[in-house]
Formats: sequence, structure tokens, C-alpha cells
Amino acid sequence: MKRLVPLWLTAIAGIVMIVSYFIPWAQGLGEVFSIWFDILAGIAFILGGGNLLQIHLKKVSDKGAGWGYSVILLVCFMTTLFVGLGKIGVHPSPQFPDESWSGVYNQSGGPFWFLYEYAFKPLTATMFAMLAFYIASAAFRAFRAKNIEAILLLGTAFIILLGRTYAGVWLTGWISDEGPFRGLRTENLSEYIMQVFNKTGTRAIIIGIALGIASTSLKVILGVDRSYLGSGED
Amino acid sequence: MLDLFIIVLAAALVLMLLALTVTAVAAFRFPQATHFVKDLDRRWIFVLMFLAVAIPLLYQLTFPEEPTSLAITVFEEIEKLEPGDKVLMAWDYDPASEGELGPMATAFTFHCATKGLKLYYMTIFSPIGPQMIDDAINNVLKTEFPHYEYGVDYVNLGYKPGYEGVVKVIVSDLKELYTTDHYGTSTRDIPMMKDVRSVQQMDLIVNVSAGYAGTKEWVLFATTPYPENIKMVAGTTGVMAPGMYPYIPDQLLGLLAAIKGAAEYEELVMSAYGSDDLGLAYRKGQLRMGPQLIAHVLIIILIIIANIIYFAEKRRGAA
Repeated sequence: MKRLVPLWLTAIAGIVMIVSYFIPWAQGLGEVFSIWFDILAGIAFILGGGNLLQIHLKKVSDKGAGWGYSVILLVCFMTTLFVGLGKIGVHPSPQFPDESWSGVYNQSGGPFWFLYEYAFKPLTATMFAMLAFYIASAAFRAFRAKNIEAILLLGTAFIILLGRTYAGVWLTGWISDEGPFRGLRTENLSEYIMQVFNKTGTRAIIIGIALGIASTSLKVILGVDRSYLGSGED
Repeated sequence: MLDLFIIVLAAALVLMLLALTVTAVAAFRFPQATHFVKDLDRRWIFVLMFLAVAIPLLYQLTFPEEPTSLAITVFEEIEKLEPGDKVLMAWDYDPASEGELGPMATAFTFHCATKGLKLYYMTIFSPIGPQMIDDAINNVLKTEFPHYEYGVDYVNLGYKPGYEGVVKVIVSDLKELYTTDHYGTSTRDIPMMKDVRSVQQMDLIVNVSAGYAGTKEWVLFATTPYPENIKMVAGTTGVMAPGMYPYIPDQLLGLLAAIKGAAEYEELVMSAYGSDDLGLAYRKGQLRMGPQLIAHVLIIILIIIANIIYFAEKRRGAA
């Protein structure tokens, strides 16, 4: 029963979504299922939060490796949750001035806005910006012209790297933009690589992925692949 | 003081690059030079990258931009719209990618507001998305277009969880999911929402996307099933852009790829509608092309040096 119900739910949901795409009268049902999906996605946030708490509380209680980071995470998580859900320091909306919780949670100047503006925003931007350092280091250590394929990759990388900046325009600016050799200008070469080689390669990959998804989905809907239900030993 | 700092930084960058190049060339003659560069502490590379980004940023280095066909298409699709036309502004990014996508989001808002279009903002990417929308509203609409009235000329519908599930529903019934705007006002009480039933009534979708859910999901679940009714242009991060090219030009009319695309689009918008009063606020993409140029050149130089060493070692091994 524990496995049968989820199997039937999956099969019904999957078949309805497929049928609703091809048969007009079933479109309404497909829409209802999509709305249920959106509601479930909202509830998944609660599940995710609960899971996060469970894992890190266990780590702190066991004094596992790096448990101090878990403490920081838990404090930040609970503070943000409390300030956001409780709408701490938020003024009521002008539409409902008597309702103390009617203001929007991220009101400008409020504590949640402060946490976002001065903690979350700079921290996430910093994390992303650090990629530049690792890319430079990795390029220096790993990018070698060891064989023909690597040379082709290296050449393409150089053209794209230069073509995406003014350096490329400057380097091949002496080639006329009107004549038969205009395609050799770095910016045009870069565009050609993206529009032709990249486009065809990506299309082939997308078609391959789509066929893989269709086959995996059919296996899941028909109950052949049951790995998403877990081992069943718990 | 700042100029002196910049000169010192620039000199340091040039000297370091020179030292690395000389060392690499010397690698063919002196094996110990090979070991020095090979075992170079990666923190020196980090310093070089820091200088490569910091100097042009501090010096506000900009270069001329020649818009490519994709940026021109994006610009022309918005140009075709008439005042009062509806545009869905799908802002699917967060602060992590703000550096890359913020300038194009700003330019899109400026362009659309200049044209007098009705702007419907929403996000399906992350709960942080509404803050990105607030940035566009506060930095562009409230400062440059004070006559733009909330609920009449623009609306912030906020974030809805469900990723492509949201797109799938709102292409046929928008109010089924969006019963209120981001501030809790019923969409029935918002004047510009009254005659909107679904996304199919939008004259254009402008999507700024940093990943899942974003441009791909809008293409798969909005423009592909309704090619006659839904048109879309997008701006994406550099990592995402190659994956979007296969959808051009049918499912996706035009694409701004990364900061380069943003800079090209800014050039088009500012050439058409810019003025000296605006300063550099609407040329942030172009300002960020300076660091991109130096950083790209640095990466190329590093790769060349590393390969010189590789071939020097290979030659010695063969000899």
C-alpha cells in the first residue's frame, strides 16, 4: 500500500498531463493538475525548511565536523524566518491601516529589507564574483593544447573571449566590414561560431535530452522505474 | 589620490604580466624557470585577476559598442510596440547574477517606460526575485518616470513557486494564480489587470533570466504552444546563452547574451532616447565591459604562458 498509492498517483498525474496536451477537452484537467503542482511546490518550501533544520540540528547535537557553521546557519535562518514571517518593523499598508500585518514583508527600511540589502545581497554577489578567480586559476593550470581536439577548443575559446570584447574589434578592425573577408573579423567569427556550430551542437544535445526525458518519464509513469520511491527498507 | 592608486595598480598589473611572460619564454632555456611558473602560488593569479577587474572599474573604462543582430532584434521588437501595449516583464534572476543581468533589466525598463508601455512585472525564479523588481521600479520608474502610476502603468505581481507549473497555468488563466499583487492588493482592484485574462494577451514578454526557471521554461511552456499569440525576447547570463541559441528566431525573437549583450542594447537605447543628464546610470553594462576586456585578455595570456611551459617541458622530455 505504501508503494502502490504513490505509484498510482504518479501514473494518473503523468497520463493526465500527457493527454491534456494533445486532447482539447482534457486541457482543463491538465490546468487543475498544474495548479495542484504549484500548491505542492509552495508546500515544498516548508518541507525544505524542516529538512534543513533537522540536518543541522543533528549536526550541532552530534558536534559533527564544521558544527559551528551549522550554528551560524541556524541562527541566520531562524532570524530571517522570524523577521520575514512576523513582518517585524513593517508598517501597515495604506489600504488597511488598522491591520498591523497588512504591510509587505520586504518593505523598504524594514528589518527584512535590511537583512536582504546588507547581508544576503553582498554575500551572494561575492560568491558569484569569486568565480572569476577560480576560472583564471583553472585556465592557467588545466587548459593545454595536448591534441587536435584541445587545440580546436583552445582556438574557439580565444575567438569567443576576444570576440566578446572590444579587443577583438581592435585586433581585426583593419579587415573591411564590407568585403568578402568580413567573416574573418573576430566579432563576426565569434557570432558565426555561436550561431552555427554552437546552435547545431546544442540542438543535437537538446533532442537527445528530450528523448531521454520521454523514455524515463514513460518508465516512471508506467511503474517500471520505481527508484524515486526509495529502497522501501525504511 | 584615486588616480595615483590606479596608476600604481596598472603598473603592478603590467609588471606582473611582463614577469610571467619573461619567465615563460625563459622556460625553454632554463628548467628552473619552468618549475617556478608551474609551482606558482595560485594566489598570485588571484591578485592579477583582482587588478584586472579593479583597475578598469575604478577608472570607469568604457569602449565603443557595435550592436550585433540579436541585440538589434531585441531593440526593434520593443520599438514596434505602441504606447499602452502590454509587456510582461519576467525578472527571473537574483543578486548573485545582478552584476551581469542588472544593467539589461534597467535598460529594458527604461526603454519600455520611454515607449509608454504598460509593464507587468513577475518572477518565477526565486523568492528573492521581487527585490530585483523593486530595484527596477525604484531606480528607473520612480526616478525617471514619476508620472508612471502603480496599478495603471505598472504592476508588481511578485513571486509564485512552481517554476514551469506557473507558466503552464498563466498562459491560459493568469488570475487563477495571481489573485493578488506582491503587496496583497486584489488583482480585481488593479485597473491595468482588469482586461488581462492570460499571458496570451501580452504584446511581448521580456525575460531576464539567470537559470531555472527562466527563459527556457518560458520558451517551452509559453511561446512554443502559442506561437501566434506569444512573442518573447530575453536577456540571459553568459553561461545560459549558448543553450538559448537553438530557439532563435522562432520561439525566441532576440537574445541579449550576458554583459556584452546588455552593453550593446544600452548603446541602442541610449543612442535613441538617452541624454547627457542620465550620466552613466544607464551605461552600467558598458562600464562592466572594461573589466571583462582586461579579464579576458588576462585569461588568454595565462593560457598562452601555461602552454609555452607545457611545450618547453615536452621538448625537454623528448630531447
